[in-house]
Amino acid sequence: MVRTYLLLAWTWTRAAAAYPASFALLLALGCATAALDLAAILIIFANTTSLGGFTREEVLFLYGTAGIAFTLTDLLFSNLDRVSAHIRDGTLDTFLIRPVNAWIQIATDRFVPARIGRVLQAAAALGYALAALDLDPRRLWMVPVMILSGVVIFTSLWTLAAALQFALVDAPEVSSAFTYGSAQLAQYPFSVYGRELVRGVTYVLPLAFINWQPGLYALGRDDPFGTPGFMRFLGPVAALVLALLAALAWRQGLRRYRSTGS
Amino acid sequence: MTMIELNQAGRTFKVKRRTVHAVRDLTFTVAPGEFVGYLGPNGAGKSTTIKMLCGILTPSSGTVRVAGLDPSRRRTTLARHIGVVFGQRTTLWWDLPLKDSFELIRLLYKVDRKVFAERLAELTATLDLGPFMSTPVRQLSLGQRMRGDLAAALLHAPEVLVLDEPTIGLDVVSKAGIREFLARINAERGTTVLLTTHDLGDIERLCRRVMLIDHGRLAFDGTLDDLMASAPGLSSIEEVVTHLYTAGR
Ligand SMILES: Nc1ncnc2c1ncn2[C@@H]1O[C@H](COP(=O)(O)OP(=O)(O)O)[C@@H](O)[C@H]1O
Ligand SMILES: [Mg+2]
Repeated sequence: MVRTYLLLAWTWTRAAAAYPASFALLLALGCATAALDLAAILIIFANTTSLGGFTREEVLFLYGTAGIAFTLTDLLFSNLDRVSAHIRDGTLDTFLIRPVNAWIQIATDRFVPARIGRVLQAAAALGYALAALDLDPRRLWMVPVMILSGVVIFTSLWTLAAALQFALVDAPEVSSAFTYGSAQLAQYPFSVYGRELVRGVTYVLPLAFINWQPGLYALGRDDPFGTPGFMRFLGPVAALVLALLAALAWRQGLRRYRSTGS
Repeated sequence: MTMIELNQAGRTFKVKRRTVHAVRDLTFTVAPGEFVGYLGPNGAGKSTTIKMLCGILTPSSGTVRVAGLDPSRRRTTLARHIGVVFGQRTTLWWDLPLKDSFELIRLLYKVDRKVFAERLAELTATLDLGPFMSTPVRQLSLGQRMRGDLAAALLHAPEVLVLDEPTIGLDVVSKAGIREFLARINAERGTTVLLTTHDLGDIERLCRRVMLIDHGRLAFDGTLDDLMASAPGLSSIEEVVTHLYTAGR
């Protein structure tokens, strides 16, 4: 699987290298849009010292961890959102006759290496927050764990959205609203949202386990919503459960696939 | 020993609450080394059958086996044993030069480098791919693209090759070249071939056995001579096939 992934991604990277100007442009554009998100946070803190009870550096920590997880997924797997286009133009048929996993072929098809720019930007925000925050070193192990489970959660969301496209071939926007919306939500501390919403994204769609719950542990903070302490460690569990559901939905989607009549 | 085996295979599609039976109760076998023409009017169920053979579509009823495998359950394993060509669309990578597409196929199918080089050299010579090897697929003419697709389907030396209208839209010269090539692959390598086409010249030139489907059902299965004998009084294959198509209505 990993070999196939790298092989295909490398092929598209080489193809992209034939157009260095377009690579540079995409890189710059990616950085610029990501910079806007960051600017929004900095502007908020120009007028206040706390957002939902969190300092600027703490918010940047939450932003950076969710951002790395999201942008890595965006770089590596976001082309999954083109399933409905592949169904409509018949290219999915050609993926299905190859001896490798169709999910990987779709995820890597026209891989855009320039998306790395946004990963670096999120990493810079996190790096700054970590340097400024002086966190308890015994809690730092949580940072890589939360980024990893964040990638798994985002990838599962993308896969679920992709599986949904087998049923809703004509409505791909519905599923991208769902993936990009989740990413937007996770940029801020959940304490700025209403209790009901936070319940929903904790117990129904486990977005709280991307950065909020594990982030509270790393920051050494209590949950303003008062959830029990063990929930800080449930990120990997939530990620695995969601990944399993996504894999089942994907399999089901492929079995129900009806190709196009022509 | 059979290469392709269908037993009461059926496939339905739900279209606006109605159920379309694209293929129903299809039963036939194809032995290794056979060259079979798969005929039928538009909408008869030819493409649906082919998609079930390579595992793209799961049958709604009955069973399908190709090279001893259930295509929809063992799709990626079967891919190493089957070559597929769709005349209507390429299986190559649209934005990559032909030679990069081939190299990618080598890696995806894990073909040994030396074996691959030999096969590619042979295919390049017989299909005359040399002049456009470095051209991106999207810039190829239909005839060139089809030759590229044929090579791509054969680089992993599959035991069975299925072709869905490979000669559609080609000029007579390209057609002749592809016919000659298919005949050769079948004779020299013993590759089993199942070919759908609307060009009866393809059938006359290539197929010892002809199957005809109509409304998803097998309407005829036999040799070309049997086919001609089935409608006494008619002299050309066109007439016989037209007679069979309209008789089914
Ligand atoms: N994906 C699909 N969705 C709905 N109907 C389909 C689909 N694919 C095929 N059909 C229908 O099934 C029948 C057989 O189609 P097909 O196998 O493509 O025929 P052929 O290849 O012989 O022209 C047609 O009535 C066609 O409209
Ligand atoms: Mg067809």
